[in-house]
Order: sequence, then C-alpha cells, then structure tokens
Amino acid sequence: MAEITLDHIGHAYGPAKSRSDYALKELHHVWSDGGAYALLGPSGCGKTTLLNIISGLLTPSEGRVLFDGQDVTHLPPEARNIAQVFQFPVVYDTMTVAENLAFPLKNRGVARPVIAARVERIIAMLGLTAEANKRAASLTADMKQKISLGRGMVREDVAAILFDEPLTVIDPHLKWQLRSQLKTLHREFGHTMVYVTHDQTEALTFADTVVVMYEGEVVQVGTPQDLFERPAHTFVGYFIGSPGMNVLPVALDGAVARLGGEAVALPGRAVAAKGAVTALGVRPEFVVLGDDGLPFTVVRVDDIGREKIVHGTIAGVAVAAILPEGAAVPAMPRASFRAEGINVYADDWRIEVAA
Amino acid sequence: MLELRSVGKRVGEETHLADISLRLEPGSLNVLLGPTLSGKTSLMRLMAGLDKPTSGTVHMDGKDVTGVPVRKRDVAMVYQQFINYPALSVFENIASPLRIAGKPKAEIRATVERVAALLKLTPYLDRQPLQLSGGQQQRTALARALAKNARLVLLDEPLANLDYKLREELRAELPKIFAESGAIFVYATAEPEEALLLGGHTATMKEGRVTQFGPTVDVYRRPNTLDTARTLSDPPLNYAWVRKSGRRLLPELADARQPDFDEIPLPEHYAGLGDGRYALAIRPHHLRLHREGPNDVELTGSVVSTEITGSETFLHVDLIDRWIILAPGIHDLEPKAMVSVYFSRQDIMLFGDDLKAADTAPLFEGA
Amino acid sequence: MTKTENNRAWFLVLPVLLLVAMNAILPLMTVVNYSLQESFIAGFWDWVGTRHYQDVLASERFHAALIRQFAFTFIILIIEVPLGVAVALAMPKKGAWASLCLVLMALPLLIPWNVVGAIWNIFALPEIGLLGWGLNALGFDYNYTNQPISAWITVILMDVWHWTSLVVLLAYAGLQSIDEAYYRAAKIDGASRWAVFRYIQLPKMKTVLIIAFLLRFIDSFMIYTEPFVLTGGGPGNATTFLSIDLVKAAVGEFNLGIAAAMSIIYFLMTLLVCWLFFTLMTKDKEGQA
Repeated sequence: MAEITLDHIGHAYGPAKSRSDYALKELHHVWSDGGAYALLGPSGCGKTTLLNIISGLLTPSEGRVLFDGQDVTHLPPEARNIAQVFQFPVVYDTMTVAENLAFPLKNRGVARPVIAARVERIIAMLGLTAEANKRAASLTADMKQKISLGRGMVREDVAAILFDEPLTVIDPHLKWQLRSQLKTLHREFGHTMVYVTHDQTEALTFADTVVVMYEGEVVQVGTPQDLFERPAHTFVGYFIGSPGMNVLPVALDGAVARLGGEAVALPGRAVAAKGAVTALGVRPEFVVLGDDGLPFTVVRVDDIGREKIVHGTIAGVAVAAILPEGAAVPAMPRASFRAEGINVYADDWRIEVAA
Repeated sequence: MLELRSVGKRVGEETHLADISLRLEPGSLNVLLGPTLSGKTSLMRLMAGLDKPTSGTVHMDGKDVTGVPVRKRDVAMVYQQFINYPALSVFENIASPLRIAGKPKAEIRATVERVAALLKLTPYLDRQPLQLSGGQQQRTALARALAKNARLVLLDEPLANLDYKLREELRAELPKIFAESGAIFVYATAEPEEALLLGGHTATMKEGRVTQFGPTVDVYRRPNTLDTARTLSDPPLNYAWVRKSGRRLLPELADARQPDFDEIPLPEHYAGLGDGRYALAIRPHHLRLHREGPNDVELTGSVVSTEITGSETFLHVDLIDRWIILAPGIHDLEPKAMVSVYFSRQDIMLFGDDLKAADTAPLFEGA
Repeated sequence: MTKTENNRAWFLVLPVLLLVAMNAILPLMTVVNYSLQESFIAGFWDWVGTRHYQDVLASERFHAALIRQFAFTFIILIIEVPLGVAVALAMPKKGAWASLCLVLMALPLLIPWNVVGAIWNIFALPEIGLLGWGLNALGFDYNYTNQPISAWITVILMDVWHWTSLVVLLAYAGLQSIDEAYYRAAKIDGASRWAVFRYIQLPKMKTVLIIAFLLRFIDSFMIYTEPFVLTGGGPGNATTFLSIDLVKAAVGEFNLGIAAAMSIIYFLMTLLVCWLFFTLMTKDKEGQA
C-alpha cells in the first residue's frame, strides 16, 4: 500500500509544441495511502494515458511518479508492485481458481504454506470457495474478474490496485453485487485503489475522490457530493448526473440573472470578468415545476419508472426537470430553481457567489 | 406487422428459445430485455431469417416467412460492434444499401442527406469511418440501417460499446428517429434502465423465454411474474419469501436466523388473497430511511456497504435478505451499523409460489 | 460463427461433390479393386481376396519401410514443431520487420517439391555442393550418395528447411490472437518468460499447434519427391519411405495388386491417426465449454 504522488506529470505522444499536443496536460496530485480514486471521463480524455503512467506502461514525457516518496517514473510495471484488473477478464485458462491466485506468489518464491494460507483467505473473501478447484476457463465473466482482482490482493505488499473499466462485460444485476463487494474489500484491506471508467455511477459509487478529466485535462477533483452540488466546470455538470446539469445562458446583474425577459434571483451577488460568457447551471433535481417562477413549456415526459424526466424549454433554452414517481406534471407549469442548486459559470468555469 | 407464433429453437440437446409468441406493430419500438444468454440474439436471428426456428412460424404481414432467408426479407441490422465498410466514406457507407437496390443517383443523395442530418453526421460525410469517434461510427451504422428503409430494423445492444454519456444522448434521440421511420424496430439490451428510457414496448426474457410483453411502463408497474419484475429492475428488486396467514404476512426463514420482523399487516390491495407462500417484493426506491406515516412497515438490519453518488445513496443492508435501498441525499452509514428501514404497505408486490403475480395487481399510479 | 440455413445451398456444392467423386472416390475404388485381384497379363484378372494384404503385412520389406517412415515422421515432428514455435516466438509482433519475416518464412513454401530436391541435391554434393564440400573440408566424412546416415541427415534437413515455415506461420497466427492484456497481467504477476510461454502462449496456441502437427504428420507420409530426386530412395534402401516403396512396387516391379494393397493400408493408417487427433481435439473443446 502506498501514497501515490503525481509530480507535475504531463505527456505528449509526439513532440509537443503547443498545449494541444499533450494527451495529458500537466497535473500535480498526491493520492493518499489507502484511498479509493476514480478517473472519470469520456473516451480520449486522457484517463487511460494517466493510468498507464501510474502502472508503468508509459513513461511520462514530463514530471515524476512517486510511490511512498520513491521515484518509480522509469520503473516497468513488474518493478512497481502494482496489480491491475483489465476491461476483459484475464485468467490463466489451464489453471484452477486456486492456482490462478497462487501464481503471483509462486513467481515471487513465497513459501508453500504461506501461499496456501493466503490463497485460502482471499478465496473466502471473494466468495469463490465452491469454485476453488474448478478450471478458471469454465467460469462466468464476473467470477473471472474476481479472480483477476484476487491475484492482486493475494500479494500482501501490493502498492496499488488499478482497475481499467472492470465491469464492462458484467451483467447489470451482477454489477451491483460486485461493486458492493469491492467496496467491502477496500474497507477491509485498505489498498490504494485507482479505478478508470466512463461510467459516472461506477466512479461515484466506488471512489472517495473522483478525478474528472476532459480533453487531457483534470477539470475537477472532489467527492461525489462536490461534483454533484458544485461542478467546477460546465463539463462536470453535464458529464455527471442523468440527465446532466441544465446550462442557461444569462446576463449577470448583481444578485439577479437575466434570462431573456425573465429574472432569476441568485443566492448572492455574482461578478464575472468583463466579456466572459456567463451562464446558470441548475441540475434537473433542483428544478421545481409548480405555480411560481419562469414559464416552462413541456416538450416531452419520459416515465422511467422510479421517476419522471420532464424535458421542456425556458425562454427557448432546453431544460430538464425530475419529478418523483406518481407526481403529476402541471398543465401550465412554471419553473423555479432551489437556491442550493444554483451555480454560476463564467466561460464554463464556476464562480463563487458572495452571500 | 411481424408475428411470431410459438417459435422455438433447439440446437442439439440445448433449448435456446422456447415457445415465443409476439406481435410487433409497424412504427413500434420493441425492446428485448434480459441478461447475457437469455436468448435475445437468438430471437433476433430468427426474426431476421438468419436462423430457422425448430418449431413455430414467423409471419410478416400475415404471410408465412418462416423459411425465407435473410436476403429476401427486407431487414436491416445494427450490432454492438461498429460495423462499417472501412474503405468507404461515410456517405458511401450510408448509400451502400441503396446502391445495391439500384436506386437512382438523385434519390440516393437525397436519402443519405436526410438520414445523415437526422443522425447529425452531415459534417462527416466525406470522412472514413475509422477517422470518427465510436459514437459517430455507430451513428453511421445506424444511418445505413435507416437508409435501407427496411420493414424490420434489428439493433443488438447497439450502444453497449459507447461511453455512458454518448449512450444517454443517443437513447434520447433514438425514439424520435424510430417514430419518424415507420418500420418495426427491435432493440436488444441487458440494461433495465435503457428499456425504461427508450419507452415503447418491452419483452422481458429469461432463459430463452419471453416472460412478458407490453408497453414498457406497464411491464414495470404490473409485472406478471417475479422473473419479469426482477429483469426490469435496476437497482435489483428486493424480495423475500413470506407466509400469508389471514391478514398477516409472516417471515419464512430457511435457517435459524432471527427474523427481521414478526409480521407485516397484509396490504389492502391484496385483501382477497388466499393463504399460502408468497414472495414479498419491494423496489429499492420504495424503501426509506425515515418514517412517513403511522402505517409504515419498519425493518431493522445491519449495513453491508454504502455507495454515494453525490445526490443519492445506495445502501446494501442485510434485511430479510441482502436488500438495496435507494435513498435520496447523502447517508454515510458505516458498515455493520444498525439501520431502520421503512416502507409503505401500498408498495408491496406479492408473487405466488409459482412466481406468478398475486391476484390483485398493485396499481402505483396515483397511489 | 453461426450458419445460415438454406437447403438450396447444397446444389451449389454439387459440382464439387462430383469432382471429388471423380478424383478421389472412383480412383480409390479402383485401387480397392486392384488390391483384391491378381493381374498377370493385361485384361486377365484373378480374385485373390485378402492375400495381397496378408503378403504385404507379413513382408519384411514393408516392415522396414514402415519403421523408416515412422522414424522419419517422428524426427521431423520433434524438430519442426518446437523449432517452428521458437521461430514464431522470436519474430517481431508488428511493423515492417514482421512483414519481412513473414515473406521470408513463406518463401520455402512456394518452391515446388522437385525443385527443393534438386536444390539440395546440388547443394549437398560432396564434390561441388557448398554444404557437401564444406562439411568434408571441415573434416566430416559426408557423402549422401553412399552413406545412409548422410542421406538421412540430408533428407531431414531438406524437410525441415522446406516445412518448418508452415509451423512458424500457424504458430505466429496463434500468438497474434493473444490480447496484450494477458502479457501485462503476467508481467504484473511476476511471471518468468517460461511461465508466460507455459501458461499463456502455449494454451492459446494449442489448437493451431494440433493442426500444424496433423498437417505435418499427414504430409510426411506422402514424402516422395525429395528423397526420390536426391538418391532415389538410396543408398540401398536407406531412404525408401512408404511412398517410394509403393512406387517401386507398382511401377518398378509392376506388382499392381501388392501396390494397391499397400496404398489401402497406408490410407487406413493415416485415416486412423487423423481420427485419433480429431477426437482428441474435439473432446478437449467440449471440456472447455
């Protein structure tokens, strides 16, 4: 288990002349020992590049990687003491489940009785006792992913466990079980874990700290609650939440935002730099449909069972609102925004509202 | 209209599909929902004419087409993998089925441009598929299927290889695009959420059988079996076996565990039910961490794990079984903490020993 | 892959079926016919039942040829399969070098068999051939025209040179199908080069290696042209393998009945071995499913 320091890391696959040549723009983070981190972003955002830099598959063109203060920038994966679970299950087909788990220890020359005890413990933890002596090739995808994870956990000294979209091939119902089990394992073993995904639910439910990436850049690092309530960038607002945050272009006027001919009261005064494009960000969860507020034109209502998603427009701008199951959509609704859900953006970055 | 009359498919000793009857209307979107290996792809292959059923018949507009091969069936397919002609431009990819059909040039151009606009591909028509992002590649494949203007369009988990957010965007657009086309759309997916977001009709599948078919929201609200309810539920449906005796539901535990409750009063909507063994099911979002009314049922259990999404909390709790609670807001509960969980009797669903929904179907609308 | 069902497709196969019938089944039946009769003079046939078979199976000449054949097959298999795998493992995985290697590997396969024989015939001549002259100059007593050992070495070298490429190409294709993630996982698990080979590469190559093994086995039973061009089966009978023996019996001695019986016996032997392999292969596949 280790603390991971990403010391002013940046990476360009070719020669880098300008900022846009970087697949990963400079970042500096310290990830604490035993933390659960998620790298979240769409494909091509640089999250896989960052994972490969941590695992040692890729040497960053700039900066250093430190594990517990030790420079590992130029060490290959096998010398870094990390474990990794891949998108598609990797198991040794000809071995049994127990042999698969024993493999990393055997390779490192660990004594047989120690291996047996360790393997037995991990098999029990993963709930694979019934399958211990079955050939790994004959198991289902979710069990194979558990074996991949187990091969990492069986090593007592592993510095970090990396996950590369590990639930891609798992059926939805099993995802719930695996996620919960992973959470429990993290709690009990306290490994530093880094989880790469494009799936917001997986990232938010797994991690204490989520790193949101967009076009090679880290746009926000925060707890799931931060990302939901105070997205630092409109991209974070859009990318996290289903549907994403509503973004309404407005003109700022002290503690009032003007949208077309309508006015929205802000929780406080917001001042943006001159010439900046300003907008309000309000998540659908904070849009209230009722008798007060701005005129809201309903375009479509999606009944998705546990809630209703109302798509409509306010002054010509598309806005989504979420209603609970069973709630009726008013005939001529007006929309208001709950104060704690209003964020103000200037050139896509969030600005503070003075109370 | 596409009609399947009790079709089945056996391969050697294995039954891949059993006794499936469906009627799919023109202009409708039909979701086949089920986990891996539940028979979605096998069923699509029968509909397409890629395979012949070993029993039953397939009818298109009343005509028996059971043995007619796919080439003569007027079918378009889109797969999970992004399948395009890599050497052709996006324009030529979309135009390919029209060229094969020998359509005049002007018509081809018009159709391609219309479909490309619909799928937001207009700026990329001169590019080659591999220069595009995954989402655009799949849009190209979809556009080709639409350009063909086939009577039947089959989509086999078309969004599975796309990013979460791209899926969300396409999911929102697809129903509109489908509605404009007038063809019969069949859409296979493993995700309950996707079925609900797409709307239309849903056929839930389990082990090669269709367990229910109807408007998606109806199937969700009035599942005919426990299997259907479980298939169309994400987070997974919570359930446990109970024994009904008079106006009470009593715990039925296989092991010697301490029961989590002494009894649950019978919900009014099941008043006419006979005594016996039932599965009590309750959806995760109907479980609450606070009491709302004096008639709420209260269960107490220990927390297994807590997942916080930023706006909601998924609690995995050992109640009667390991149940999942979807609670709005942030509830950072430690594992092994004891927690009280409440729900309204109105929200209880009962299924009989044979897994069929108990007689009085609960109606949630306006409840 | 799943198949499309279409009964009319069988009609499309009909011409091929007819061709196969003309080329394989009819000649085979003729051979069966010959093997059961004796012909002294053209047009005069005499039914002898299984006597030819009994004669062949009891003859020492047949036993000697059979032993030679198995020895040869065994030697080339234990050389070509491991060597082919080793070369495939050493080849670059991608890039221009990979293409170049593949072209080089394919070259021997493109050369006609009699040309291979002729090349080696000259190459290994003790007086003027580079190999033959060179070996003698180095102090080895090497002459394939009169030393059985030299002749064997030459024939085996020739076969290895000619056919190892086939194993290489098959093994290479098998290796290419292994996902990069397996190698990464193995590195992370601290696996040695040998362990990677033993637990990842070999299991994934198994199917293609069985095919390579089978192909080389069947092919080696047909070996004829190369030893024929080199020494005509000599010196003495040292390189007289089954096919050469058969031709000697049929053409050289005009013993059609015996030759036909030998053909059928070889045919059945090859068939038996193929069936054994096939059963083993399919059985293993079921075990995995």
